[in-house]
Amino acid sequence: MTEHTSSTTAAAVRPEPGDAALFTPAPGAAPMWRMVAAQAGMELRVMLRNGEQFLLTMVIPVLLLVGFSLTSVLDVGTEGARVDALTPGVLALAIMSTSFTGLAIGTGFERRYGVLKRLGATPLSRFGLLAAKTLAVLCVQAVQLVLLCAVALALGWSPQATPAGVLAAVALVLLATAAFSSLGLLMAGTLRAEATLAGANLVYVLMLGLGGVLFPVSAFPGPMEQAVSVLPVTALGSGLRSVLAEGSLPGLGAFAVLAAWTLVCGLLAARLFRWE
Amino acid sequence: MDTAAVEVVDLVKRYGTTTAVSGLTFSARRGAVTALLGPNGAGKTSTIEICEGFRRADGGRVRVLGLDPVADAGALKPRVGVMPQSGGVPTGARAGEWLRLMASFHARPVDPGLLLERLGLTSAARTPFRRLSGGQQQRLSLACAVVGRPELVFLDEPTAGLDPQARMATWDLVSALRAAGVAVILTTHHMEEAERLSDHVVIIDRGAVVAEGTPAELTGSRREVCFSTAAPVDADALLSTLPPGSRVGSARAAGDRHEYVIGTEDPEQLGPEFLATVTAWCASTGVLAEDLRVRRRTLEDVFLELTGRELRES
Repeated sequence: MTEHTSSTTAAAVRPEPGDAALFTPAPGAAPMWRMVAAQAGMELRVMLRNGEQFLLTMVIPVLLLVGFSLTSVLDVGTEGARVDALTPGVLALAIMSTSFTGLAIGTGFERRYGVLKRLGATPLSRFGLLAAKTLAVLCVQAVQLVLLCAVALALGWSPQATPAGVLAAVALVLLATAAFSSLGLLMAGTLRAEATLAGANLVYVLMLGLGGVLFPVSAFPGPMEQAVSVLPVTALGSGLRSVLAEGSLPGLGAFAVLAAWTLVCGLLAARLFRWE
Repeated sequence: MDTAAVEVVDLVKRYGTTTAVSGLTFSARRGAVTALLGPNGAGKTSTIEICEGFRRADGGRVRVLGLDPVADAGALKPRVGVMPQSGGVPTGARAGEWLRLMASFHARPVDPGLLLERLGLTSAARTPFRRLSGGQQQRLSLACAVVGRPELVFLDEPTAGLDPQARMATWDLVSALRAAGVAVILTTHHMEEAERLSDHVVIIDRGAVVAEGTPAELTGSRREVCFSTAAPVDADALLSTLPPGSRVGSARAAGDRHEYVIGTEDPEQLGPEFLATVTAWCASTGVLAEDLRVRRRTLEDVFLELTGRELRES
């Protein structure tokens, strides 16, 4: 207790020695690349550490691939090796789980907990934040692709890909990532965090069932096949199937569908995204 | 460098039909601590969030370091540190890694390890944000606000919900910032905090400034005589023995005790003789005045007077 309570001002609270030098103003932003790299590293660590996201992005695709390759409970619509038919669809699902479901849920809760608002007060620009999120998503997807391809090869997968086909497949994956991310950010930036959580999981399950992930959409009756062929996961899955199972190039239709989703959702997200 | 750290003129902010800030004007000097003091809902957070560029004003003019908080946001962000009232950190991020991330956004940051140590967070560095205690979350948020060596920091209720040790650590840090020449704008509804830390106090109620000045200017040289008794006394009789302009306030306190606060219109009147008059009256009426003391007026008294929620007058 001090004896001069009401006259005690800041000067009477003695700072520890050396503090003045510690806090002497020296403001300045770090270079953009350093901010983006640091933020991407943080996004990546938080993503990989989150148990539910790990389940969604790694465990479920591997289980689907292994389970339906080794058993014949599901008609995968082919006479060849089951793993050859399954792998392209499971790869498409894995891409979607990261760039759509994981991104939407993660960003939705960041918005809810004021993280996006707080980052808005740092020198990291919105463009920088978007770049960091994209980098983190691409890193996780790279890990997924390596893991799933390794598992598929171990199960006897024999892809038919040509070099041109692989290039086209990479382009398709990047475009699909843009489409899924736009849709995910649109949900995360406009809905409540709980609604995003429920919605993103629901869309994941619907796309898993309807999107030609585990069997080609040609198994559906005509009108139904038409309807689901405009889903982004279907476009990605059938494109990858053309490259990896048939050794041909993906149809332009797949690129067109994904480009349309990217454009529409991207524009809507840019207009409607609320940071808090 | 002679511009104010923050200058707010006739600020207005509405949410629907509610007016949160109505014509608020104040300015904050560079290198000084300015406290926005007021009850919950007074408009403190709205004001600070407009200064931070998070919200747009519906009227008035705001300048932060001489710049517009929205139009010049890019130039201001590296120079201004922000501590929001709560949250702002992903629940899965660890305390240490989040502070290092914030540091990496700046050119010449404070060493995050030193800052964690300074705020007693070293042992919590590897703990995810959601598992930190409320006080640890607050201190981490404070660390994030200052790690970039800003010229100006906004602290929105920096000590809300802190235990006494954590509050002292926060007060020490604010004093260190001031000593280093950083301008600090903080909001609080703790009178003691405002009184103790600030060079300048702005008292806000219902979206407008009701008084401002240094703590000493606001509390003035006013004193009061206080005592408590087990049984009620005849306050009117006591008042009749005191000089004109005196007043006697009474209140029921805990334990069924009766508290009396005696003040004068003219501060000069409350001297040794005044005290003798009070004790003489007590002696003549057989009243034992317990806890008797002459108290200097606090910011809390000023605040209650200004906002009209004072002790019932008798």
